[in-house]
Amino acid sequence: MTNLELQKTANEVRKGIVRAVHSAKAGHPGGSLSAADLFTYLYFEEMNIDPEDPKKEDRDRFVLSKGHTAPGLYSVLAHRGYFPVEELLTLRHVGSRLQGHPCMQETPGVDMSSGSLGQGLSAAVGMALAAKMDGKEYRTYALLGDGEIQEGQIWEAAMFAGARKLDNLVVVVDNNGLQIDGKIEDVCSPYPIDKKFEAFNFHVINIDAHNFDEIRAAMKEARETKGQPTAIVMKSTKGKGVSFMENNAGWHGKAPSDEEFAVAMADLEKIDEELKKAGE
Amino acid sequence: MADVKKIATRESYGNALAACGAKYPNLVVLDADLAGATKTGVFQKAYPDRHIDCGIAECNMTGIAAGLATCGKIPFISSFAMFAAGRNFEQVRNSIGYPHLNVKIGATHAGITVGEDGATHQCNEDVALMRTIPGMTVIVPADDVEAKAAVEAAINHEGPVYLRFGRAAVPVINDNPDYRFEIGKGVVLREGKDVTIVASGITVAEALAAAEKLAADGVDAEVINIHTIKPLDEDLIIASAKKTGKVITVEEHSVIGGLGSAVCDALCAKQPTPVCKIGVYDTFGESGPAAALVVKYGLDGESIYKKAKEFLA
Repeated sequence: MTNLELQKTANEVRKGIVRAVHSAKAGHPGGSLSAADLFTYLYFEEMNIDPEDPKKEDRDRFVLSKGHTAPGLYSVLAHRGYFPVEELLTLRHVGSRLQGHPCMQETPGVDMSSGSLGQGLSAAVGMALAAKMDGKEYRTYALLGDGEIQEGQIWEAAMFAGARKLDNLVVVVDNNGLQIDGKIEDVCSPYPIDKKFEAFNFHVINIDAHNFDEIRAAMKEARETKGQPTAIVMKSTKGKGVSFMENNAGWHGKAPSDEEFAVAMADLEKIDEELKKAGE
Repeated sequence: MADVKKIATRESYGNALAACGAKYPNLVVLDADLAGATKTGVFQKAYPDRHIDCGIAECNMTGIAAGLATCGKIPFISSFAMFAAGRNFEQVRNSIGYPHLNVKIGATHAGITVGEDGATHQCNEDVALMRTIPGMTVIVPADDVEAKAAVEAAINHEGPVYLRFGRAAVPVINDNPDYRFEIGKGVVLREGKDVTIVASGITVAEALAAAEKLAADGVDAEVINIHTIKPLDEDLIIASAKKTGKVITVEEHSVIGGLGSAVCDALCAKQPTPVCKIGVYDTFGESGPAAALVVKYGLDGESIYKKAKEFLA
């Protein structure tokens, strides 16, 4: 896909996030929106997957370690064809396949249940290890929050991945700089994130989370990196695309009111218009 | 029982894994720097490529096993019960239990028979923790024969299984050609009409010894080995309680939440019966030789006999 096509798709993914969270009257829009470009790139460009056969044995795997941003994952899965986009409106409703946090038994395309922070990376490491043990080519991607890496288990998993030279594993850290209680550096600073992963024997790439050229180049570099896992630390804007949510920790885990929803959708429509003009 | 063969069930665990290695190519074994103690080292020697030492990081080991299971492996994770079930509880619940992944937890060094290491390493709470997780099967084998059979049954069972093994050598009581192991099926080791003694793990042999002493006093005790705490063989326990009218439970575990609680849960709903729970009474363990601790904490045949006499008086 061209960057413009990716941008348009990512904007649709963002609309899906906002609609789902509004319908649920709860959920986590901020960190879903900050990672929307990454979700889009992974599912529309990077990963070897088949929405018609979600459990295909040799598919690439994705683990959403920061599981609270399930609306982002669900929206990209729906737009990629794993289930109808309208089903996003059932998010967090009783009986829905779209649980508040990812559930692999319920939702087509979800490779691992997650939500309790710090646990997803270990499962991703297990998947990468299974590929190595079986001599398979599939790759495993994990998305972590920058607040999530305060959990000690992340570093247990990172130590193992580095020690085992799992070069089929790509860890992406969504560095939007905010967690529930405020700025990550004020709560309990995880900085420098890149140096930490380097110290755990990762190949580290710093990028802008909203620049598809940089995402594309980083994923290519990760593929070409042998003998080490790769960590991509992407600097992002929490709430990206919705004016009043951007860089506001208050939108970590809150649904927009009807009025706010209208503003949010208008913001995203405006981005559509701009992208349309850019394509002319 | 002086001439009875004694084997620690952790030895049985390691030997069973190694014995199953060829038959089950998807079997992989993970350890957290305790392969020598948990006896997964026996498997490691035979199948080095399928043994993964994760270092001292039990929570990560649990998550790695979950990931391996999603890719078709049958992982066994091993550590001491304190860490496998205790430190790890939330990882087991959320990364294995909730997605109902095919991971087996081989927990060794359970209960007070850890011995000299003392209270920090003597887990008397693991069965209580594990049986609260939906879909988790909980097995506490009584001896070498049962432990080996349980390992292979766990491999063939789709879904998470918690297996509890001990550090100290225990008498082999099931070494007979008729022995059959089935998950969820209790075994009547001795028929009786006056009282039912339900035991699990290392206390089964002690319960049999107590029954012998009771017989000398004219008390005819029925002894049931409940190797699977969850799902519990409720029918067997209820039928026996109906017959004898009195039940004693014996376990090397806290009386809060373990076998005794599971038995009471079943009986109070369907066959209300007086129950005497024998186990560790809301206290931590301590250092000492395993055999001495078993006596101090009242889990030996003589102590069970005395408690039974009081209960029946």
